[in-house]
Amino acid sequence: MSLLSWIDERYPLTKVWNEHLAKYYAPKNFNFWYFFGSLAILVLVNQIVTGVWLAMSYKPDANLAFGSVEYIMRDVNWGWLIRYMHSTGASAFFIVIYLHMFRGLIYGSYRQPRELLWIIGVIIYILMMATAFMGYLLPWGQMSFWGAQVIVNLFTAVPVIGEDLGVWIRGDYVISDVTLNRFFALHFLLPFILAAVVFVHIVALHKVGSNNPDGIEIKKGPKGNRWSDSAPADGIPFHPYYSVKDVVGVAGFLFLFALVLFFAPEMGGFFLEYPNFEPANPMKTPEHIAPVWYFTPFYAILRAVPSIAGSAFPGVVAMGISIALFFFLPWLDRSPVKSIRYKGPIFKTWIAIFVICFVVLGYLGVQPATPGKTLLAQICTILYFAFFLLMPIYSKIDKTKPVPERVTK
Amino acid sequence: MKRLISLFLLVITPALGLAAGGNVHLDSVDIDPRDRASLQRGAKFFVNYCLGCHSAKYQRYNRMAQDIGLTEEQLKNNLMFTSDKIGSTMEIGMSPADANVYFGTTPPDLSLIARSRGVDWLYTYLRSFYIDESRPFGVNNVVFKDVGMPHVMWDLQGWQRAVFRENEHGGDPVFERFELVKPGSMTPGEFDGAIRDLVNFLDYVGEPYKLERQRLGVKVLLFLAVFFVLAYLLKKEYWKDVH
Repeated sequence: MSLLSWIDERYPLTKVWNEHLAKYYAPKNFNFWYFFGSLAILVLVNQIVTGVWLAMSYKPDANLAFGSVEYIMRDVNWGWLIRYMHSTGASAFFIVIYLHMFRGLIYGSYRQPRELLWIIGVIIYILMMATAFMGYLLPWGQMSFWGAQVIVNLFTAVPVIGEDLGVWIRGDYVISDVTLNRFFALHFLLPFILAAVVFVHIVALHKVGSNNPDGIEIKKGPKGNRWSDSAPADGIPFHPYYSVKDVVGVAGFLFLFALVLFFAPEMGGFFLEYPNFEPANPMKTPEHIAPVWYFTPFYAILRAVPSIAGSAFPGVVAMGISIALFFFLPWLDRSPVKSIRYKGPIFKTWIAIFVICFVVLGYLGVQPATPGKTLLAQICTILYFAFFLLMPIYSKIDKTKPVPERVTK
Repeated sequence: MKRLISLFLLVITPALGLAAGGNVHLDSVDIDPRDRASLQRGAKFFVNYCLGCHSAKYQRYNRMAQDIGLTEEQLKNNLMFTSDKIGSTMEIGMSPADANVYFGTTPPDLSLIARSRGVDWLYTYLRSFYIDESRPFGVNNVVFKDVGMPHVMWDLQGWQRAVFRENEHGGDPVFERFELVKPGSMTPGEFDGAIRDLVNFLDYVGEPYKLERQRLGVKVLLFLAVFFVLAYLLKKEYWKDVH
């Protein structure tokens, strides 16, 4: 114990441990949906660790990149495992984050006083998308190249400065060796910024305290539990209760993760697209270019919006807004209650519509556009926007149920 | 067990029909990466018929020998025509520029062809060359229209003619069936078997560590299953206080 007190006199180790783990009181009624925060950290660590090891053998050079990935897969000891952990991890990260965001959506975790916590979360999501996009170029396969080409071209649709903007991003007039090199640099840098913002996210969380499936503020309820007289009565120390519970979540998650990693690393062409096993060829456009699945809902929105005067800019704006709307969620929801448990049928219906539209758009985004599919994408796009933009109205008029004083089990 | 898992994942994952060639029905092939005799026959066909024009530049000779169950001696005497260093990769002598002149396009490297095209596509493609005098090599392919590749295995398969019927919706005629014009040294059944072996080998070349991956996967899953139970029991023990 003398070592600990020696450290505590110089660094607040025990204080930090207590404030954030052993004496951080979280609501005792967390359910399945509350696993995904800790899982997101696990996947982020997985991406950073495997990524650093991949970078030890990867060559960010247009002539060498594709071969160096195959070198990792075949000649580096355990290289295939590290690479599949990274490629499967990328998709797993988005699955976990989408479920984590959905949890926030249904239990009103974005509501006062957690607006800033939610906004920091959306910033993390956008950073993740940027990181994933740049990472996908690195294997230098056909889909890497043409997917990046299509997405960078979106920026060129911006009026007046578009062309220059595209050149500024690529460092060239087309996706090239220069682009690959800078995307590698940024793909290496961004995860560390991401980790820093995750730290800020957790600081914000521990300031306001966790929400829960009932959407009740345990800090406003009665005080006193078996560990402390001043702590919320409905709170339990994060450690050991939620730390041991999260380990169960980790085990369950890793089982599913291993199932994909070891037995279907391509996941039917969704996690690793088949055309990406062909080296990038700027002279040969693939028949059908589809972004990776986690971008496809937004890509479908982009394609659903008709061009004006030959410019795809309206679609690009719609896509940008569709993501930016998440920032405003705390102020769009006017319901007197937070959790879906006490919200009325109108809100529940809209949540269902939103989820269905998101999934349908995701599906349509990987499909070649046909008139019928474009119409469906347009309907889903309108409903997607309506979910957000009409929320101030329907959340206010909806009939809510009375919220109990204390959390329920 | 492993097959069941793969099958399960295959069923829950709607496959994306991205393979080139669009409308042609692809024959499905049942390959087996554990069938070493088939892989060895496939390797023989590969070095004799493919490796003249196509490289497999990420595949090392000695690794192949080890994985498909050949000794170094057998490897050197039977399969190594383009290199004598057993640690080297399966490169070819033809330069890409020359190949472009000969064929109008550079024959692609085949290391990952089974992963980008899929085994069904390869199995169908390699059996779908037909006589077409309008093409430079006198053959065309139903799966890959106007392909630059000649019918390399004609001596085995023989020559076949393709029968098309008119497209009721307009557009290109629809492929119906093949008619063997001149038999090769193999019967159609034998040739199908040979192509299956070759495709099996190409699938191996696409992911030489596949079996290792699945073997490790079973161990990892077993460990995680036990770990899950222990973690759950630990959680239950701790949470007795809360409930």
